[in-house]
Amino acid sequence: MEAYLDNSATTRCTESVRDAVVRAMMEDYGNPSSRHQKGLDAERSLREARETLARTLRVSEKEIYFTSGATESNNWALIGAAAANRRAGMHLITTAIEHPAVLMPMQYLQEQGFRVTYLPVDSAGQISLDDLEQAICDDTILVSIMYVNNEVGAIEPIAEAGKRIRARNPRILFHVDAVQAYGKMPVYPKTLGVDMLSASAHKIHGPKGIGFLYINERVKIHPLLLGGGQQKGMRSGTDNVPGAVGLAQAAKEAYANLEEERRHFLELKRRLMEGLAALPQVVIHSQPGEQGAAHIVSAAFPGVRSEVLLHALEERGVYVSAGSACSSNKKQPVSAVLKELHLRPELLESTLRFSFGRFTTAEEIDYCLQTLAQLLPVLRRYTRH
Amino acid sequence: MFRTFLIKYGEIAIKGKNRHLFEDALVKQICHALRPVDGKFHVYKEQGRIYIDCGSQEDPENGMFDFEGTVEALKCVFGIVGICPVLKVEDRGIEQLGTDVIGFLEQAYDVHGQTFKVAARRARKSYPIESMEVDRVLGGRILEAFPQMRVDVHEPEIMLHVEIREKIYIYSKIIPGPGGMPVGTNGKAMLLLSGGIDSPVAGYMICKRGVRIDATYFHAPPYTSERAKQKVVDLARRIAKYAGPIDLHVVNFTDIQLYIYDQCPHDELTIIMRRYMMRIAEHFAKETGSLALVTGESIGQVASQTMQSLAATNEVCTIPVFRPLIGFDKQEIVNVAERIDTYETSILPYEDCCTIFVAKHPVTKPNLNVIRRSEQKLNEKIDELVRTAIETTETIRVW
Repeated sequence: MEAYLDNSATTRCTESVRDAVVRAMMEDYGNPSSRHQKGLDAERSLREARETLARTLRVSEKEIYFTSGATESNNWALIGAAAANRRAGMHLITTAIEHPAVLMPMQYLQEQGFRVTYLPVDSAGQISLDDLEQAICDDTILVSIMYVNNEVGAIEPIAEAGKRIRARNPRILFHVDAVQAYGKMPVYPKTLGVDMLSASAHKIHGPKGIGFLYINERVKIHPLLLGGGQQKGMRSGTDNVPGAVGLAQAAKEAYANLEEERRHFLELKRRLMEGLAALPQVVIHSQPGEQGAAHIVSAAFPGVRSEVLLHALEERGVYVSAGSACSSNKKQPVSAVLKELHLRPELLESTLRFSFGRFTTAEEIDYCLQTLAQLLPVLRRYTRH
Repeated sequence: MFRTFLIKYGEIAIKGKNRHLFEDALVKQICHALRPVDGKFHVYKEQGRIYIDCGSQEDPENGMFDFEGTVEALKCVFGIVGICPVLKVEDRGIEQLGTDVIGFLEQAYDVHGQTFKVAARRARKSYPIESMEVDRVLGGRILEAFPQMRVDVHEPEIMLHVEIREKIYIYSKIIPGPGGMPVGTNGKAMLLLSGGIDSPVAGYMICKRGVRIDATYFHAPPYTSERAKQKVVDLARRIAKYAGPIDLHVVNFTDIQLYIYDQCPHDELTIIMRRYMMRIAEHFAKETGSLALVTGESIGQVASQTMQSLAATNEVCTIPVFRPLIGFDKQEIVNVAERIDTYETSILPYEDCCTIFVAKHPVTKPNLNVIRRSEQKLNEKIDELVRTAIETTETIRVW
């Protein structure tokens, strides 16, 4: 049996997404910038894709820009907006548990002379709204907070944060990295008070290499990629029509079954958390039920290094991740996010993340738990002295 | 301008009657090294020299080729002490030769007031002018063409070599090669390759003496990952640039390790484990025609590399164990690793099987009798486990 429980790293495409992508590659293969009929057909597909995404967010399709994925979206939102608004101020705010695709551009901006405040999180992985309010200065121009943390599944108080930021200074831009939230829960930037929002297709059963950045029409932002002037000159480069079509199809499917899927995830989560709690010496980091993301469970297995447990599970067909897959090939194997939760060292180096997708079944969860129950006593017997 | 290289080799020249064997091996290694380089290369021996004529695949005579890449590839061929880019010209009389030499200097140098010396060598004795006279005539022509240059016969800045053979070869630069002897001229050895810094360097050092190598790696899933194995394959590939193709034996060592863990004192774990690694490596060495084992050990570096520990692991081997790094300091090893481009890969943070169960205070002065007695406790199952490990070993050809 196989249990793929690493859906927050990436997901398998659905067949309908595959078909949409193949159609765009084989039939609608024109370049939307071409003047002939084939170009026009491709442009139409692209516009439909943009409209589909806009509907899921309840925004205007003019506010959707396709990118190569969330890393580009985050880079563009932060660097492009900071550059366009630097006369208004040089201060930026983010959290200590962001994805590297936010943290690294922030570090780059620091090198360019911006000041950055990193908000701490509590043991559940959430920021404090009071901290946020206190961090805002007269020259703060941008706040960036992730919606759902990719490693522990903590949900940040985005709506409240949006309110407090606006109350303090409505000109401050609010960016949200929604990679782990989009397609998993309703995300409405206008009511949340969010000015820019990043998302990616491959986390929601779409293809890799495509994502989008929502940019509210009021936002002043510079483009990062210059060239042929595609997407109103804001993001040059031949339009990735197959990607855009695949992303739209994936988003449409995710939001069509949102409620059903959420209940499915919550049931899987309950099953997994109860099962883990029944195993000896397991520490669960994620919040139960709807207090955290429904599709992510993070837990530590003291006495076993996470890498060893990961490979032992893999030998039996269970795929999980240690920390997050994105940060797994760094020199320092311990997750920076988990460190921010101030876990004991033995928990830090023994933490695994289990994450669900649409195809995850209760049988897979049971198989995973059963395999853990077999492995843990054996692995705990052989340790360093 | 350079379409030909003259290859200088050192020790081979003194090998007497076996000389041709060494030269043939060198030609073969040069061809192997040049295979991935963009160009068409003709490697040939002529009058005790090796030359390489270069061109493109489409036009071997006059086409463009990757000059830098050619030099880099040749720097990886043991046995080469010098790589000389030469200008090859036809013999059209001494007048024309003077013109060719002037053209060579113009193109190869930004001529200002350098000192120079002409060193002609008349390998073709039928050439009508003696070497000394050639020096004099060419020197005169150069001084005429570049009045600011001066002759210095003791320490010239430009040493202009003119070799008169069937054709005439003009060169002045000698790019140092790696030295050593051509791989394949001194038998084969089995390298115990871990993912660390030392063993790839040890492999490089032994190959430098003309030894072909195979390698054995001990894999301990799930304690060591597929990525750790990939890292070792990558390291073997780096060494293969110098060594030629390597057969890498990947042994699944987990069960043996866990059995030792269960049966023996923990502070002896590393020593006993290494004794079994040596035994298994020796098995593959004998099976595949290797005459010795090679390790990256250096005295005193870690607990398993004290004199006593080395003696304890050495004891189980019946063929010689070579340790080319035995007298090296860590920094010296790192320097070589950086030069041969294995360092960056070696320091990737994947755990190898030597460290996963290492005791806090392993024995540093193991007593052989004690170790042997501990090994007795393995009698029940160890032969079976070793046999299984050998039978399930995966062999990967790396080049």
